[in-house]
Amino acid sequence: MAFFGHFTYWATIFLLMAGLYIVIARGNLVKKLVGLGIFQTSVYMLYIAPGKLIGGTAPVVGPGFTVYSNPLPHVLILTAIVVGVATLALGLAIVVRIREAYGTVEEDELLEADVKDD
Amino acid sequence: MIETSAIAALLVLMAAVAVAIARSRNLFGVVVLAGAYSFLMATALAALDAADVAMTEAAVGAGISTVLLLGALHLVGSLEAKPAHNPAVPLVVVIVTGLLVVYGTYGLPAFSDPQAPIHRHVVPRYLEDGPRETGVPNVVTAVLASYRGYDTLGETTVVFTAGVGVIALLRRRRQQDRENRP
Amino acid sequence: MKKDIVLRVVGKILIPFALMFALYVQFHGDFGPGGGFQAGVVLAAAVIFYGVIFGLAAARRAVPEALVESMVALGVLIYAGVGVAGLVLGGNYLDYFVLDHDPAHGQHRGIFWVEVGVAVTVSGVMLKIFYLFAGRGRGLEE
Repeated sequence: MAFFGHFTYWATIFLLMAGLYIVIARGNLVKKLVGLGIFQTSVYMLYIAPGKLIGGTAPVVGPGFTVYSNPLPHVLILTAIVVGVATLALGLAIVVRIREAYGTVEEDELLEADVKDD
Repeated sequence: MIETSAIAALLVLMAAVAVAIARSRNLFGVVVLAGAYSFLMATALAALDAADVAMTEAAVGAGISTVLLLGALHLVGSLEAKPAHNPAVPLVVVIVTGLLVVYGTYGLPAFSDPQAPIHRHVVPRYLEDGPRETGVPNVVTAVLASYRGYDTLGETTVVFTAGVGVIALLRRRRQQDRENRP
Repeated sequence: MKKDIVLRVVGKILIPFALMFALYVQFHGDFGPGGGFQAGVVLAAAVIFYGVIFGLAAARRAVPEALVESMVALGVLIYAGVGVAGLVLGGNYLDYFVLDHDPAHGQHRGIFWVEVGVAVTVSGVMLKIFYLFAGRGRGLEE
C-alpha cells in the first residue's frame, strides 16, 4: 500500500512535468494550450488521490455505508475544472485573433515579426 | 487490490498518451489524443470514488474542450512546425523540477490513510451533519451550494467573465466586416 | 453533413434523450452525482451536436443568439438574486435558512435555485463560445 501511494504521486508528477515540458518546449500556441490542460489535469489527480479511502464509496450519504471518500477535494476540483475550460476558451480566442493579425501561430515566427516591426 | 491495479494501469496509459501528445506534430491527432486523455482521466476519477468530478471531467474535458480545440484548429491551421530549438535545456529543467517535487511528496500523507489530517477536521462534520442540516444526501452538492456557496458564486462569475471575454474578442462589428470585404 | 442519413437519424434519436438526461442530472443532483455544471455542459453539448450535424444556421434558428446571450447573464443574476432574497427576508447575504418557514426547507429551496442559476450560465456560455468559433470563418452570411 505504501508503494502504491508513492506510485500515484510519481505518476501524477510525471504528468505534471509532461505538461510543463509541452508548454515550455513546443512553439505552436495551440499545442501549448493543450499542454497547459494536461498540467491542470495532473493537479486534479494530486488533489483527489489522497482523499480516497479503500473500502469506502462516493460521498453520497445512504443506508448501509459508513466510510465515504473525502468530499472537500471534489468540490475544489469541480470549480477548478470549470475554470480550466474557461481559461482554454479565452486562450483559444486570443490565438484566433493572433492568427488573423500575424498570419502564423508559431512562437518563433511571431517573435521575429514583432522584432521586425520595432 | 483490483482497485489499486486498475488505477495504476490507467495512470500508466495516461502517461503514455501525454508522451504521444508531446511528440506528435499533427494537431488534429493531438486534439483526438487529448480527448482520449480526458476520458482516461474520467475513468481514473471514477475508480477513485469521485463520481461528480468524473462526470464533469468527461463532459467538460472530453466534450467541450475537444469541440473548442477543433473549432480553433479550423480557423488556425493544423500542422505544427518542426521544433527549432534543442530540447535539451527544457528537458533538464523539467527533470530537475520533477525530482524536487518527488522529494517534496515524501511529506504528503500516505494513500488511503484514515488518520491523515484531511479526514479529521471539517469533513466529519460535513459528512454527519450535512444531510440533516441541508436535506440533501449528496454531500458534494451540499458543500458546493450551501456550505461553500460563496465560492460557487465566484466560479459562476468566472465562467460569465470568460464568456464576455470571448464575445469581446471574437465579435464582428457589421460595419467593419462590410469595409473589409474585397 | 446534413446529407448523411446515418448522422441525421442518429441525431434525431439521441438529441432528445441528451436534453432529457441534462434535466435529469440537474434535478437529481441532490440524490446522486450531478448538479448544475454537469447539466449545463450536457445541455450545451446536445445543441452543439445538433449544430454540427444540421448546420450552424439551423442551430441558430433553434436556439437564437439573443436567447443565448441573455442566458449568459441570467444565471449569475439568479444566483446573486438568491443572495439578495436572503438579505430582503431578514438574514445575511446568501442565507438559506430564512427562505422558507423551516430551515431545512429553506436550504432545499436555496440549493435548487442556485443550481438552476449555475446551469443556465454554464450552458449559455458554452453555447455562445461555440457559436462564435463556428461562425468566425464565414463572416455574417447567416
